[in-house]
Amino acid sequence: MIDVPETSLYLTDQYYADTIAAFEDCWEDSREILDVGIRNSCRAFLEHEARILDEQRLDDWLALFVAECAYWIPSTPEAGDPRKEITITFDDRRRLEDRVFRLQTDAAWSQQPASRTSRMISNVATFHGPNGSDIMVRSVFQTTEFRRGDTRRFAGCNRHHLRTEDNGWRIVAKQVNLIDCDQNLRNPSIIL
Amino acid sequence: MSRIDYHLRSRPRMADETDYSALIHEDRVHRLIYTDPAIFEAEMEKIFGGVWVYLAHESQVPNNDDFVLGRLGRRPIIVVRDSQGELRALFNRCPHRGATVCRQPVGSARTFQCPYHGWSFRNSGTLNGVPWPDGYATDFKDTRFNLAQMPRVESYRGFIFGTLNLAAPLLTDYLGPARQPLDEWLDRHPGGVIRLCEANRLKFKGNWKLAYDNAADGYHVVFSHRSLLQMENRLMSEEAKGMAFYKDKPDDAPMYVHYLGNGHHYKNKRPNICNEDQEVLPGALWEIEGHFPGMEAYEARIRDHLGDRADAALDLACSEPVNINIFPNLSILGNHIQVFQPLAVDETDTTWFGTAIVDDDGFLEGLADDINAMRMRTQESFPNFGEVDDLTNFEEIQAGLHVIEDEWVYMHRGLNLPDRFKHLDDGTVIGPATDEVFMRETYKVWADLMTAQPTLALQR
Repeated sequence: MIDVPETSLYLTDQYYADTIAAFEDCWEDSREILDVGIRNSCRAFLEHEARILDEQRLDDWLALFVAECAYWIPSTPEAGDPRKEITITFDDRRRLEDRVFRLQTDAAWSQQPASRTSRMISNVATFHGPNGSDIMVRSVFQTTEFRRGDTRRFAGCNRHHLRTEDNGWRIVAKQVNLIDCDQNLRNPSIIL
Repeated sequence: MSRIDYHLRSRPRMADETDYSALIHEDRVHRLIYTDPAIFEAEMEKIFGGVWVYLAHESQVPNNDDFVLGRLGRRPIIVVRDSQGELRALFNRCPHRGATVCRQPVGSARTFQCPYHGWSFRNSGTLNGVPWPDGYATDFKDTRFNLAQMPRVESYRGFIFGTLNLAAPLLTDYLGPARQPLDEWLDRHPGGVIRLCEANRLKFKGNWKLAYDNAADGYHVVFSHRSLLQMENRLMSEEAKGMAFYKDKPDDAPMYVHYLGNGHHYKNKRPNICNEDQEVLPGALWEIEGHFPGMEAYEARIRDHLGDRADAALDLACSEPVNINIFPNLSILGNHIQVFQPLAVDETDTTWFGTAIVDDDGFLEGLADDINAMRMRTQESFPNFGEVDDLTNFEEIQAGLHVIEDEWVYMHRGLNLPDRFKHLDDGTVIGPATDEVFMRETYKVWADLMTAQPTLALQR
C-alpha cells in the first residue's frame, strides 16, 4: 500500500470550483487537439488504465493519479455541483485510498468473489485543458462485468484531466458519466 | 368545483387463499413470504394501498404545478402540487386506453396530455378535453374520464404519504409514537426543514422486506460491514467512531432499538454519545464522524466565521446516529431518506435521497453552502462502502431461500428473555441494540394486514 494521508487539505471550495469548471468548459470544438501523436499517447494511457483495472491491480491504479486528485461519478447527466447534491461517488485522494483498502480487506462482500471485468475504450478525443499543458480527454467506455452467475454492463463517457508528471501521464481528476447514472444501479462496487 | 367520485373495490383482485397464521410464528417466518409471487401481489394491494405509504417529499414539488413521478407499489403515479396548491397523487394512467400520460421524471405542468390519442387533463386530474369530441355519443363531464387519483394524500412536515384505504386512520395517528423521533430528526436542522438533493440509487435482486428487516438490525453491523469498519479504523483511534458503537458487546451500550407500533421502529444511537446529564453536546457528532473529503478546509472556514457556534454548525454536516423506519417503505438513516420500492417479488430499488440544510433565516450566517458541501460527502460514505455489502447479503438470502424444504427464517434473538425488554405504557417496546424484537412485532402487523380485507378506493 501507498502511505496513507491522514489529512486531506487540498479539497477546498476553490478546488471544487476549479474541478467543476475543468469538466464543464473544455469540450468546444475549437479546443480540440487534433495532433495524432498526443491523441495516441492519451489513448495508450487510457488503455493501460483499463488493463490494470481488469487485472485488479488497484495499487497500480492509485499510482496513476497525482497526489491531489478527484474521482467523480455524477448522479445526474448534467453532473451538477457536488457541493450541492449527492453524487454516486466523489472521492479525494484519502477516500480513494479508503475505497481500494476496503476492496482489499477480503470482507467487502459485494466483491467476494470479485467481479471479472472487460473494459472497452473508444472514441478518444483530446482537448486543451484549463491550464498550459494539461489535457482533457473524452472517451466512451463499455465495461462488462461478470460476478456470481450474472453478466452486466456499465456504459458511458469518461472524462480524464491529465497532466505530465515524471515523464508520463497522471490523472488529475477522472469523471465517469454513466448513461444510467440517475437510475437505480445493482451493486456498483467495482471501480469504473 | 368538480364532483368527486369514489370508486370502491371491496375485495382484492386476486383470491388470496394463503393461511398467514401458518407463515408467521413467534420465533420465525416462512420462506414463502419472501419468495411467493402470489403473496407479493397481495402485498401490492393490502400493504402498498391499504396503509399509508411514503410517496415523495414536498421539497421535490416546491411550487404550484410542480410534479415528480413515483409509484404506489407498482402503480405509476404523478405526485403533483396542483395549480391551487393542493398535493395530489394522480395515477399515471390515461382513462382512455391505459397509457401513461407523463413520462418526464420531474417538472412543472398545468396540464398533462396523453401522447397516444391526445386526451388532456388538468393537474388536478380532471379531463380538459379530447380530440374531436363530436365523434363520441358520450358526456365527457362524467368523472369516469378524469385521471384516477389516490383518495387520501397527506403531508407530515414535508413527508408526503398516501393511501387508497378510506378507513385508514389519520396519518398522524398512523405514525403515532414515530412522530417524536421524526420531529427530533427534523428539528435539529435550521427552521426544522430539509430539502432533497439527488440520491444514491441502488437496487437488489431480493424481496423488499429483506431491506425493511435490516433497517433496525444491530446484529449484522460488525459482520456485514466488516470491511467498512476496518477501513474506518485504519486511520483513526478505535474508540467511538460511527459504527464502532457495535464493537465488543453492543448490547451493553446505552443505544437501543424501540418498536413503535404499526410496523414502525427506531434505532437510537445518540445515548452512546451523551454526557452524564443525557445531553448530546455541540460537537459530539463532529467528534465521531469519519474522515470525508473536504472536512479540513471547510472546518477551518466555519471555525473562523462562527467561533463558539462552530461546533453546533459542524454537527449539521454529520450523520445523525438514528434509524427511523416507517412501515412499509421509508427509512431515515443518518441524514438520508431511504425509500424501498418493490419491483417484483425478488427485485427492489432502495433509493438513498440525500438531504441538504436550508437556512432561510440566516442562522448559519451564509455558511449553509459550506455545511452542505461537507454533508454531501458524509452521506455518500455509507451507500458506497456499506450498503453495497448489505444488498449483496440480501441477494444471497434470496438465493438461499431457494432451498424449498428448509422452510424457516429465524428472528428470535431476545425472545423469552424478558429482562432484555421494557414495555412502555404506550404499547411500545424497547430492547438492546442487536435484538430482533422489532422484526417479530412488525410481522405480527404484517400478518394482520395481509389477513384483513381493506376497502380500497380510487377518486376521480
